[in-house]
Amino acid sequence: MRDKIFKILLLLSALIIVLICGGMFYFLVMGSTEAFGHFGIFNFISTAEWDPNPDNEQYGALSFIVGTVMTSFLALLFCIPFSLPVALFNGEYFRGTKIALFMSTVVNLLAGIPSVIYGLWGFYTLRPLIISLGLSEQGFGILTASLVLAIMIIPYAASLSSEFISMVSNELKEAAYSLGATRFEVIKSVIFSSSASGIFASYILALGRALGETMAVTMLIGNTNNIPTSLTDTSNTMASVIANQFGEASDLRLSSLIAIGLILFLITAVINFIGKMIIKRFN
Amino acid sequence: MRTFNSILLMIAGLILASCGETESKKAITGAGATFPLPYYNLLFKSYQDSTNVVVTYGGIGSGGGIRSLKDQIVDFAGSDAFLTEKEMADMPAEVIHIPTCMGAVVLAYNLPGISNLNLNGEIIADIFLGKITKWNDTRIASMNSDIQLPDLKISPIYRSDGSGTTYVFSDYLSKVSPIWAEQLGTAKALKWPVGMAAKGNPGVAGAIKQTEGSLGYVGSEYGFSLNIPTANLENSSGNIVTPTTLSISAAAKGDLPKDTRTMITNSSAPDAYPISCFTWLLAYKDQSYSGKTLEQAQLNVEMLRWILTENAQAMTEMVHYAPLPQAAIANALELIDSVTYNGTKIKTTK
Repeated sequence: MRDKIFKILLLLSALIIVLICGGMFYFLVMGSTEAFGHFGIFNFISTAEWDPNPDNEQYGALSFIVGTVMTSFLALLFCIPFSLPVALFNGEYFRGTKIALFMSTVVNLLAGIPSVIYGLWGFYTLRPLIISLGLSEQGFGILTASLVLAIMIIPYAASLSSEFISMVSNELKEAAYSLGATRFEVIKSVIFSSSASGIFASYILALGRALGETMAVTMLIGNTNNIPTSLTDTSNTMASVIANQFGEASDLRLSSLIAIGLILFLITAVINFIGKMIIKRFN
Repeated sequence: MRTFNSILLMIAGLILASCGETESKKAITGAGATFPLPYYNLLFKSYQDSTNVVVTYGGIGSGGGIRSLKDQIVDFAGSDAFLTEKEMADMPAEVIHIPTCMGAVVLAYNLPGISNLNLNGEIIADIFLGKITKWNDTRIASMNSDIQLPDLKISPIYRSDGSGTTYVFSDYLSKVSPIWAEQLGTAKALKWPVGMAAKGNPGVAGAIKQTEGSLGYVGSEYGFSLNIPTANLENSSGNIVTPTTLSISAAAKGDLPKDTRTMITNSSAPDAYPISCFTWLLAYKDQSYSGKTLEQAQLNVEMLRWILTENAQAMTEMVHYAPLPQAAIANALELIDSVTYNGTKIKTTK
């Protein structure tokens, strides 16, 4: 009897999750129909004009899509030189040792830091540094936001890829050593080649995380509604424009923001789906 | 399984307990603009202490507050901009605007060694339009003959979030600069041609403090409490005015419309700070909605009336706002007197 009740309870809570997810999607679609109906879906995605003046309202998502994609991919690029060595360190060189445990704890700790703290750090430490290096006049922009984003996604990329690296079978590695391969050669041709798709998938999942990051990016990107033309340009991302303008938006602008939310929802869903598919194949 | 059951029980108990508490106390709920939030926090805390009525005010932005009032889930909304005729027509019933205090928008800057700067509306408009780009521009220099302005690029900083502060600022610039009125207009968010943006007053103030050569606008309550250098402005009478609670209150001298729906920027009063503004509480003229009882309606009206008393107005300066002048208070009281419940006037004891 108890078993049955427990089973039903489990089923119910699982169903609720599915319902919530479906409800969110439904709400986003319903909320964005006004904007899509007014501007046309293709037009909304392909124009960069964002003019909230009530006499001449004009909304398009292109500059935010470009801003989001640029910051996320740059962050991914910046995070590779840190997360890959950490993954190798934990998954191969010091696998199972206390140092690796300590290292992975520290890296995972990075994931637990609230994003507003990253934003503050970027604002008070990284930004003055970028100004004093002469990279940018005011220090806000794509570059600053991407650098902080990169640090934020390191734990996601590192912990998952070290998992895949440690899963490479010992027989393979020992076979390579017995043929006289050095450790570097083993890493290069055995470990990387057999865990490549897993590592790739972990970076895809980290990218999905970067796409939706809001607070830290909002604090550092400069929040200007334009298509960035250089790394030091200020810009806006989909998440940051929603966070910025939602409070005072109504009617068409509110609907346009919800439409941007829908686009972001779809992009992250697709990226996560691709990541999961690759991992599934790997396993 | 036993621990699982006891956790469920605990949660149920908590929910019941929290329900019971709200029922036994008298409560008023509101939501809206963040600009007057520090004042309202102080105000409603002291109201609770003296009357035991709990007023909850959520600083979710004017837009959110007005949406909540439209959905009839709050007793009042806070807003820094009055409803336009179209917005009034969109509301399910007639809404009145009760001014609660005054504030201003101040121009904060970061120029090392300079603590006294004069500007006028046209210069500010041209800086934010990207037409004046250097601090030693001749037009700025001609207003500041006593100081040596640096050959430094001006970094304009504006609000990234939709904001009543932006509304007031752009309303003033639209009045003094025809090009501004045509290109950007008056709104809570604009299509800015130059500069960079930060979220909220704290964001803008922080960016100004961190950026040499920057100029930005923040709410006076924020600028005053932070003690950052702010510019003196030339008003419509040609006087250079420092933003103070006195010069802000002065902007509401002169004729006010009966419904108090007016922007007092670029005031004609000779001692007025030109970018001053009211902030309002919005409530339905007929209080019988969403199952509200007559008692709740009375609570709401009593609270509104209390905000206009001398005691409550005196609190404005403690948090760097300015008190309402007598004329505005008289208009507001008349509006409160017109509030009804099911068509009949509400009688209050206070």
